[in-house]
Amino acid sequence: MKRIAAGILAFTMFAAAGCSGTQSGTTGSTSGTGASQGQTVKIGFIAPLTGDAKTYGESAKKGFDLALEQAGNKAGNFTVAVTTGDDRNDPTEGVNLATKMITQNQVKAIVGAVTSSVTIPVSEVANSSKIVMITPTGTAAKATVDDKGARKPFAFRAPFIDPFQGQVAAKFAIENLKVKTAAVLYDKGNDYSVGLMEEFQKTFIAKGGTVVTSLSYGKDDTDFSAIMTNVAAKKPDMIYLPDYYNKVSLIAKAAKAKGLTVPLVGADGWDSADLDTAALDGGYFTNHYSADDPSPAVQKFVKDYEAKYKVKPDSFAALGYDATNMLLEAIKQADSSDSEKIRAALQGLKDFAAVGGKLSFDQNGNPIKAAAILQVQAGKGYKFITSVQP
Amino acid sequence: MIHLIEQIINGLQLGFVYALIALGYTMVYGIIRLINFAHGDVFMIGAFVGYFGFAVWGLPWPVAILVSMAVCALVGMAIERLAYRPLRKKGAPNIAALITAIGVSLFIEYFTSLKFVFGPNYRVVERPFADKLFHLGPINISSVQLLVMGVVLVLVAGLQFIVYRTKVGKAMRAVSHDRDAARLMGIDVDRVISYTFAIGSALAAAAGVLFALAYPQISPFMGIMPGLKAFTAAVLGGIGSIPGALLGAVLMGQAETLTAAYITTDFRDAIAFGILILVLMVRPAGLLGKAGPEKV
Amino acid sequence: MRSRFFVVTGAIVGLYLILEMLRRTGIISLYWAQIMDLSLIITISAVGLSLIYGFTGQFSLGHAAFYGIGAYTAGFVSKSLGGGAGVAGFALALLAGAAAAGLVAFLIGLPILRLRSDYLGIATLGFGVIIRVLLDNSHKLSPALGGAKGMLGVPQLASFVWIFWLAVGAILLARNLIASSFGRACISIREDEVAADLMGVNTTALKTLAFVIGGALAGLAGALYAHRYPFLHPSTFDYLKSLDVLLVVVLGGLGSLTGTVVTAVGWVFLLEWLRAILPAEYLDLRGVVYALVLIVLMIARPQGLLGGQSAKGGKRRAVA
Repeated sequence: MKRIAAGILAFTMFAAAGCSGTQSGTTGSTSGTGASQGQTVKIGFIAPLTGDAKTYGESAKKGFDLALEQAGNKAGNFTVAVTTGDDRNDPTEGVNLATKMITQNQVKAIVGAVTSSVTIPVSEVANSSKIVMITPTGTAAKATVDDKGARKPFAFRAPFIDPFQGQVAAKFAIENLKVKTAAVLYDKGNDYSVGLMEEFQKTFIAKGGTVVTSLSYGKDDTDFSAIMTNVAAKKPDMIYLPDYYNKVSLIAKAAKAKGLTVPLVGADGWDSADLDTAALDGGYFTNHYSADDPSPAVQKFVKDYEAKYKVKPDSFAALGYDATNMLLEAIKQADSSDSEKIRAALQGLKDFAAVGGKLSFDQNGNPIKAAAILQVQAGKGYKFITSVQP
Repeated sequence: MIHLIEQIINGLQLGFVYALIALGYTMVYGIIRLINFAHGDVFMIGAFVGYFGFAVWGLPWPVAILVSMAVCALVGMAIERLAYRPLRKKGAPNIAALITAIGVSLFIEYFTSLKFVFGPNYRVVERPFADKLFHLGPINISSVQLLVMGVVLVLVAGLQFIVYRTKVGKAMRAVSHDRDAARLMGIDVDRVISYTFAIGSALAAAAGVLFALAYPQISPFMGIMPGLKAFTAAVLGGIGSIPGALLGAVLMGQAETLTAAYITTDFRDAIAFGILILVLMVRPAGLLGKAGPEKV
Repeated sequence: MRSRFFVVTGAIVGLYLILEMLRRTGIISLYWAQIMDLSLIITISAVGLSLIYGFTGQFSLGHAAFYGIGAYTAGFVSKSLGGGAGVAGFALALLAGAAAAGLVAFLIGLPILRLRSDYLGIATLGFGVIIRVLLDNSHKLSPALGGAKGMLGVPQLASFVWIFWLAVGAILLARNLIASSFGRACISIREDEVAADLMGVNTTALKTLAFVIGGALAGLAGALYAHRYPFLHPSTFDYLKSLDVLLVVVLGGLGSLTGTVVTAVGWVFLLEWLRAILPAEYLDLRGVVYALVLIVLMIARPQGLLGGQSAKGGKRRAVA
């Protein structure tokens, strides 16, 4: 008797699932209602809104929201409906969100993800489902190409790529900082960190420098004392720290605790309101843009952003803004909510007027952009040092 | 050679923090044969309370540690009262208490990560004292390392005093040894169990604050790994034995740090558990544990 | 007797056909179909742990490790075969996953199964962490495995027909094992190992065999998972996942296969349903609810939902 009851219980659960399946609910906010006249196009937004990379997601979302607001929530004749998801900088969560948005919410395009380790699997999902994905900030090369180097046609990005960034850092170190030896510390579980480490080392060595030690750590490691003692023993002229602001802050503190005072160099992951500027004072990093850039496009954006949010935008906000605008323009040009048409329009964008300059996508879905080098100043933010063209 | 000594000191810092947590696990297990999975989360609460103490309320850091210890003692006692005692009274099997402990642990983690509590994001801890590097000859020790080791030694000495020189301690040892006989001798077993939880939790709280000072980022899920490792340390040394917990923790700290320093950081977590399995193969009761005869 | 066999078989085939049709016509959306698949996959894993812990009494906290070994092995085999091998290739991958997990279970079981309950739990926990660290470093063995960045590119060959019938097969296998003399001997080990030993039961061999079969089932579940989810990451196979499946087995009731199956399915749906009904700002509450449900259930009914019964349906007092 109990077994029959259990069997019925199991069956009703399946049935309940089936019934809940019919009302496909959307979680997250929908900004912009689909008006009864005119068509709607649904897009998804995936970013880390909580967790250890949250300032990136928050900034990107602000840029995203600002772009939508300025466009009146419309792309050409279409009204835009948005589904938002918080990936918590967890690749599995990002994949789940992307799958849900594509299968249940029927999005035609995704703006996201923000961190490379989430973007790469999300780009696989989007590409195989033939849904356009444009990452505002994912810089790892594999976000738009697969393991064999073949392009994933539906994947695009707004920032420059890590190979470029790593090279710029190495060049800067050798030519401007005039160092001869470097120690590199990277997160082996983070595509971004690994990619930058590889590019930096390649260029650094090619230019005559020596990498005295290259040490990896894990995402959840908090104790860097052992690594730092090893690094201090090798007496490098500089330390390259290509990782996100939370890890970098922790490592910089550990370095100081061991008495290391050499320059620290990093990448765009440092750009965050939560960066520990005291620990990283005097450090340099490569970035996508500088709020002090006098170009009119940048200054207008900074003004609009500050008016709405009362803070200066960081590069993630600027990139979020650019990516969203590029997508909206593509939808407008395609004049369709068909994903393939949007993709073709996006790929064909030429000299799009973005905050980051006049952008066009190369055959790998990457825009050609310059990099800025900034220096961290304790308590004051960043100082613009120089700009490097590709 | 110099760097080996520095690495050993790095390992001692880590091991001492594990020791404080391990003591709590071993005392609770000794007294009610329960693996208190929620202990790692009490450690986390201690870190947060301490952080609020010196970073937000501006208390001097020794006061913050004491406040944190007091708060967590209460938390520990509350957990025992609300979650474990009802099961003990019901005579439920041990596994039920274990699963409940897991439930309490998950509850604390998820509850504190709600936005109106601590929030899910990590927080950076500003050290409330200057970072100084001391030089003993060619060897460098940081002020943080000295602080951690000093506080732990003081607390362990305090614990030794309580356990071996006070009536409460005697009662605790009696209940560990034979609960029913202790009850027959007039000891209020429930009270003693409460005290054990209180003391263990207070030590975990101190560990939390020290951890936050040494590795300055805290988040609601920070207690999982250290809790696991500390528990492993307690088992390694012989669960139920206080000196065992200390020995196990120091060994774990060394194993982890020396592996990270000289072999590879990639396997640092695995090494500690690998050692555990090996030791359990050879000495199933742990290094200092008593391999008693099994009751049939 | 025979008619009962036909009725049950007919009911299962009927259930399959109904579900398959609901899925094909889209009445069950793609999203919920995936959840359904996941619940069946978890069921296979939970049945494995039920054999190890519910019936043989071996407290294992490392079950997710076998799940992970199965997933990665099967994924690797499939990726290496390149997807052109079709059904045969898929079957091979599944077999490889289950076999790899079973083999590792055997190797690790030999030394650690002689440990006493709590110590066994810790040893299996440690083993789980070691496997997770090895998966994190798997890219050193072969870049296709991805290491801590995760593994992509496993052909998604696990369709509903495979998952459903393998789940049914696993449940039938477990049921038959339990009803056999092997099963009775395992239960005797759980009840009182010393007495069983005295009665001539080869406790070591049986414990190891139960551990291997349970591990292999988890490996099979993992293999299916790899072919149903496009992205594998070592953090999916950590100690928290082991806890999940342990919770399912304990809540369902130790010694009750029905309880395990019902709880496994119900658990996955409960979590997803919570995600669907909670507005986005309160999604964090999911974990809190999950934990509270657990605590309350354990205090209110320590023997689990359907625990305290033997496989034959009689009532017995709850056992640890």
